[in-house]
Amino acid sequence: MEISSIIFIILLIVAGGLFAKNLNTIIRNIKLGRDLDRNDRKNERFSLMARVALGQSKMVVRPFAGFLHIIVYVGFIIINIEVLEIVLDGILGTHRLFAFMGGFYHFLIATFEGLALLVLVACVIFLVRRNVLRIKRFFGKEMTTWPKTDANLILITEILLMSAFLIMNAADAQLQVLGSEYYTNVGSFPISRQLMGAFAGMSESSLIVLERGAWWFHIIGIFAFLNYLPYSKHFHILLAFPNVFYAKLTPKGQLDNLASVKKEVEMMFDPSADPYAVPAEPEGEPQRFGAKDVTDLTWKQLMDAYTCTECGRCTDVCPANITGKALSPRKIMMDTRDRLEEVGKGIDKNGKGFNDNKSLLRDYISEEELLACTSCNACVQACPVNIDQLSIIVDLRRFLIMEESKAPAEWTGIFTNIENNGAPWQFAQADRLNWKNEQ
Amino acid sequence: MSELKVPTMAEMMASGQQPDVLFWVGCAGSFDDRAKKITRAFVKILNNVGVNFAVLGTEESCTGDPAKRAGNEFLFQMQAMGNIQVLNAYEVKSIVTTCPHCFNTLKNEYPELGGNYEVKHHSQFLQELINQGKLTVEGGVFKGKKITFHDPCYLGRANDVYEAPRNLIEKLDAELVEMKRCKSSGLCCGAGGAQMFKEAEKGNKEVNIERTEEALEIQPNIIATGCPFCMTMMTDGVKLKEKSTEVQVFDLAELIAQAKDL
Repeated sequence: MEISSIIFIILLIVAGGLFAKNLNTIIRNIKLGRDLDRNDRKNERFSLMARVALGQSKMVVRPFAGFLHIIVYVGFIIINIEVLEIVLDGILGTHRLFAFMGGFYHFLIATFEGLALLVLVACVIFLVRRNVLRIKRFFGKEMTTWPKTDANLILITEILLMSAFLIMNAADAQLQVLGSEYYTNVGSFPISRQLMGAFAGMSESSLIVLERGAWWFHIIGIFAFLNYLPYSKHFHILLAFPNVFYAKLTPKGQLDNLASVKKEVEMMFDPSADPYAVPAEPEGEPQRFGAKDVTDLTWKQLMDAYTCTECGRCTDVCPANITGKALSPRKIMMDTRDRLEEVGKGIDKNGKGFNDNKSLLRDYISEEELLACTSCNACVQACPVNIDQLSIIVDLRRFLIMEESKAPAEWTGIFTNIENNGAPWQFAQADRLNWKNEQ
Repeated sequence: MSELKVPTMAEMMASGQQPDVLFWVGCAGSFDDRAKKITRAFVKILNNVGVNFAVLGTEESCTGDPAKRAGNEFLFQMQAMGNIQVLNAYEVKSIVTTCPHCFNTLKNEYPELGGNYEVKHHSQFLQELINQGKLTVEGGVFKGKKITFHDPCYLGRANDVYEAPRNLIEKLDAELVEMKRCKSSGLCCGAGGAQMFKEAEKGNKEVNIERTEEALEIQPNIIATGCPFCMTMMTDGVKLKEKSTEVQVFDLAELIAQAKDL
């Protein structure tokens, strides 16, 4: 076996192993969430996933960004066929293993090259939108240095990878023209051949260095990018699919009825319940009403947080955010993810019982943000990967109200009114039909 | 003006009758001065068509929607189970309501607690009456008027009801004009999630002003809506923008009742 093959196999194993380890950590973190059954209505879930994740149906609500995103997305998926060839070449020490396909191979290479160019152009436009046009939804208080850098790093990496791919092909094409030994005539290279002119004066040996250099840069870049994913918002390329699959299928307006509350209320309504009975021994740890920290949320809400790619479409349509309030649905998702990462690292260091006396509520998300929500579901509707931002807001509100009795004075008033006279206003229930006789 | 016929479930039961549908009036429809007009307009239509309906009257109580949205799940479930006991005792099968918040709660959140009913928003109910030929609407006073529809979040996004309200407006021979943000991307009026009952958090604008400005941009004669809370927010918005003389805010039921000169 050639030395290059051995190096390649080692790199592949290290990259794959590291990625698997990081992926496991994220799965472990998501499983810190509470149970929730989302295995019902499988057929509907598959078709939703096909439409929204695979078919990008919600991306094109904003046609320009949606169109560019589809280019990058399709490019990413199709070019992966090329990556398969590169990986096999790397292991076997071959060159362009799939060339035996003949005419079809020419067609594939031409497709890859076309897509590579389109992806490259799309990424440049994305960079311009973020850094030159400074489109509003890419800013906002949660878009601190790291999220902005993260976005730019992703785009620059993709540009570099596509460039390396095209340079590799151009050098290959020039080597084929020179009749170089290992570079058998295999492709038409419709895009990269435009670059050949630049390489015309180069010697065979420097061309080989260039071609091999681009090849290694490209594949090592991919390995590195793979291992960057778990630290980046770009992780959505993997989680978008399961996240849409397990999305809430009930109407958006339907909030869950807390099971822990239901038990208590049912007992109050049960005429045969013995008020002096010794309460049953609670099974396991008593559950909080609502959520104070990430571990009070369900695994799906935590998956939502890891899926968020910080596009800001939710915040852009949020009535509270539009009118200058502190609430930003994107920040809710980013805070949830950042807190979960913090909890995960704490567990890695100190074991399961770890407690840092911090929580998602207040250390990350303020009461002011939570109280600004109108529960209008615009954020949920806008999310291209069916994240349910509202459910986290409501669960945090539940904790504020039910565990801490912290409600704005006006809300305390409506609670009292509803309890006493069955309406949020102070009108007697006996007057409920008075409208009948008024003009 | 003729007397409204509003039988209660208790009266119906006493005389051994069962209505075809229960009209759930809601707290706003019962107590808010502006919303009471919507309630009366809807009843006028029901009377005119001769729908066999009843109300709970003094036995009705808040569905618990604002409590639930504010985070008080306990109070919500107390309200829900109380209401479900009453509704089930009267063997209610079908409910119509003029409030999208009641609509959403009764339709989506009550079944799991033991309350299973067929629940309709009044826009859907009126549309059905028209489809069945029981209700005929001609444009009349609204012919050629520019009407825009403000989608209540709890009717539109929350429950995907977008067409029924628009079909009703088109029946008025009016010109339906859409705001930039409409249907699934409609902007909230600012009242949902129990915001109706508290001061807004610190910001640089009120949500209802943002929405009213958007509506006024397309210069409608009428802003139509299907929710008593949207009604308050939009009416206040139009007042604040000093446009009350040019632009009126009406509920769908009021539009139909006026078109029929009821």
